[in-house]
Amino acid sequence: MNAKRYDKLATGLLYTIAGIVVLILLLLLGFIIIRGLPQLSWSFLTTPSRAFTAGGGIGIQLFNSIYLLILTMLISMPIALGASIYLNEYAKPGKVTSIIRTMIEILSSLPSVVVGLFGFLLFVVQFGLSFSILSGALALTVFNLPLLTRSIEDALKSISNDQRNGGLALGISKWETVTKIILPAAVPSIVSGLILSAGRVFGEAAALIYTAGQSAPALNFANWNPFDIDSPLNPMRPAETLAVHIWKINSEGIMPDSSAVSAGAAAVLIIVVLIFNLLARWIGRLLFKRLTAGS
Amino acid sequence: MQTKDRYIQQFDETQEMALTTKNLHIYYGDFEAISEADLQIPRFKITALIGASGSGKSTFLRSLNRMNDNVADVKGEIWYRDLNLNSKEIDVYAMRRQIGMVFQRPNPFPKSIYENITFALERHGITDKKELAERVETSLKQAALWEEVKDKLNQSALALSGGQAQRLCIARAIALQPDILLLDEPASALDPISTAQLEETLVNLKQHYTIVIVTHNLPQAARISDYTAHFSQGKVIEFNNTKETFTDPKVKLTNDYISGDFG
Amino acid sequence: MDKIRESILTKSHASKLERRGKIISFMCLGGICLIVLAIFIFIAYRGLATFTSDHVSIFKFLGGTKWNPEVTENGHPLVGALPMITGSFLITILATLLALPFAIGTALMMTDITPKMGTRILQPVLELLVGIPSVVYGFVGLTVVVPFMRSIFGGSGFGILAGTFVLFVMVLPTITSMTVDALKSVPKDYRSASLALGATRWQTIYKVVLRTATPGILTAIVFGMARAFGEALAVQMVVGNAALMPTSLVAPASTLTSVLTTGIGNTVLGTVQNDALWSLALILLLMSLAFNLAIHLIAKRGELKR
Repeated sequence: MNAKRYDKLATGLLYTIAGIVVLILLLLLGFIIIRGLPQLSWSFLTTPSRAFTAGGGIGIQLFNSIYLLILTMLISMPIALGASIYLNEYAKPGKVTSIIRTMIEILSSLPSVVVGLFGFLLFVVQFGLSFSILSGALALTVFNLPLLTRSIEDALKSISNDQRNGGLALGISKWETVTKIILPAAVPSIVSGLILSAGRVFGEAAALIYTAGQSAPALNFANWNPFDIDSPLNPMRPAETLAVHIWKINSEGIMPDSSAVSAGAAAVLIIVVLIFNLLARWIGRLLFKRLTAGS
Repeated sequence: MQTKDRYIQQFDETQEMALTTKNLHIYYGDFEAISEADLQIPRFKITALIGASGSGKSTFLRSLNRMNDNVADVKGEIWYRDLNLNSKEIDVYAMRRQIGMVFQRPNPFPKSIYENITFALERHGITDKKELAERVETSLKQAALWEEVKDKLNQSALALSGGQAQRLCIARAIALQPDILLLDEPASALDPISTAQLEETLVNLKQHYTIVIVTHNLPQAARISDYTAHFSQGKVIEFNNTKETFTDPKVKLTNDYISGDFG
Repeated sequence: MDKIRESILTKSHASKLERRGKIISFMCLGGICLIVLAIFIFIAYRGLATFTSDHVSIFKFLGGTKWNPEVTENGHPLVGALPMITGSFLITILATLLALPFAIGTALMMTDITPKMGTRILQPVLELLVGIPSVVYGFVGLTVVVPFMRSIFGGSGFGILAGTFVLFVMVLPTITSMTVDALKSVPKDYRSASLALGATRWQTIYKVVLRTATPGILTAIVFGMARAFGEALAVQMVVGNAALMPTSLVAPASTLTSVLTTGIGNTVLGTVQNDALWSLALILLLMSLAFNLAIHLIAKRGELKR
């Protein structure tokens, strides 16, 4: 009977542990939402921040985060696609391939602060791009590439070899078989992977503080010429993002309402990440349904 | 009568050959999957490759249009139109346009029925709308699928039944107007009715194409093929016209195999 | 007839496409590898300058307990990295130890006790925990954990313990989801065989499932440690950033990452003060390599056993 009692006890313990984990998440989310939601207003989301007085918003930081995210995705997507196609379709198993895989693994496990410091040395200093959106986007690309490559490779791998043989047997090149048949079929899982990585990129700060910089100069939202210094599209201007802003005002902020501003900004970050999460699931399911419709 | 270890029927000069293999050896690493397979495959006939699992017949078939390139090591010669296909100068893509292949499991692309056929055509430079439409219709008719799908050409090919999907795969192969069709157990995933339809289709196709078919289904080989090659442990041990192979095998192993004592 | 022969002997459009595609995709992959190499070269080049051009002894650097690069003593700057190294290791180990029972417990719930609730509730919970940005963790740590520490232990509330609690939540999903993978790879037959022999569910889990999954769980732990060791901002926000040898878990301390994030911007590239920071970055990089190596070794051992 002793064993049975232990069994019950252990089961109870496991339930408690899982309960605590769920509780931690609920408390976390609850805290941020309850603290941050009252801050959220149209003016908070659109007005520039203030350094010394209360009442500033996060408009420019929010724009910067979105712009950086888009640029990063535009740069990293084609590279990750190419790399994953080579890895999954062309690379022959062997020493070279396993070394390459190990290198990608190492890159994916590097601390993001190291990636940011490397970005500082290469993009900011060596390439002379200074603290700018472009430096930031390149650093985030380095940060994003290994995971994105992995997720696309997994997506490609999940498509049956029958499809590849089908293309090859018709005298179609492997390249076109992959890009025109395999890739479209893998789109649902690629898109989910892409959105999940977008969430990661959106919330990343350590890789950005020494690449995209920690200042958010005023922008003229009426000027969309990317070569003008106050244009929102200018990729050569320094750009503090939302995540960096939260870090910045909490570690050295002197504005009186820094706690309220960071709660609001944190809520925005969390909400965006939540949306990305749900979107990834929803799009994955939707596209899956559409592709298999009728069968 | 079954006194020989090996019997290969010889053709006279007048018979036109589609494919001829010489000294073919195929290795998977150290394992020799094919060690002796000198075969002449006559034009506009159906040649069946039979044999127990692991006898090497599928490996042999897949090597004919170089589908084994990155999988196995193929040594020897495969002659087609006075060209050795197993050599570097051969452009495998242009060659596979002439020597198509259909697989065990139906593998239509996740596209519409129409696009399944036009996809490869467009890749090979046929872009004229009218010609594409014509080829779709002709190939679907030849594959005996036209009547069933002519009203839903724009629907996903994934919605087709197994038998229909397999005939679509044949249609998309013959839309390229190849010389030779290689079929790797094309009916093994199909129900009896679909299989019967497929067999009828193949018999009709041999007016225009040379067909090589790997099959485990001996009655099927007997029903549809003109010639039969029996593979055993990486060797062709008997090759003859189908009628004789099944009624009067010259090799004991073949007799054992077709009478069910083996494999 | 001749046309077909000719077409087979000339390079087709398809083979040109194939070549081009192969080259393009390989260049993408090669680019990533180049980046990895560049990271090592750049950081090593900067990080080694402390020892080569500033002539700081490597032992004094790793073993010194005083970090004050502005001050020179006997002609050498005071760059003892031991306080940060200790801080990093302490926080990493404590957070991982704290997270381990929760991770294994949650993972067991998901694989053995209530797989349905696992996929419906716990899986999304873990995904959300992973998805929360580290600055948000830092912010919550700063506004909840630090004041809480202050109210219990007095002092400022900043310190290793606060960092531990923040990192605990951050590594929890990493360790849990990898433990789940490890538990899932234990064959079902093992479980049913054990249960059929009359063992209770707990005995089965404890004696069969967990034991078989040990290499996988170890890998999960190392992954968690790697994440903890490299985490920068969340830790920096709650640890107190005092480059002193930690004497108490609730006194301000620092980690490699925290000193790096605050320091790089306040020093000039090429100076001793700056070089010393890059040496810290090099340590981070090498530790990350070490964690990778550990994972590979565990994987190899696991394979040998089977």
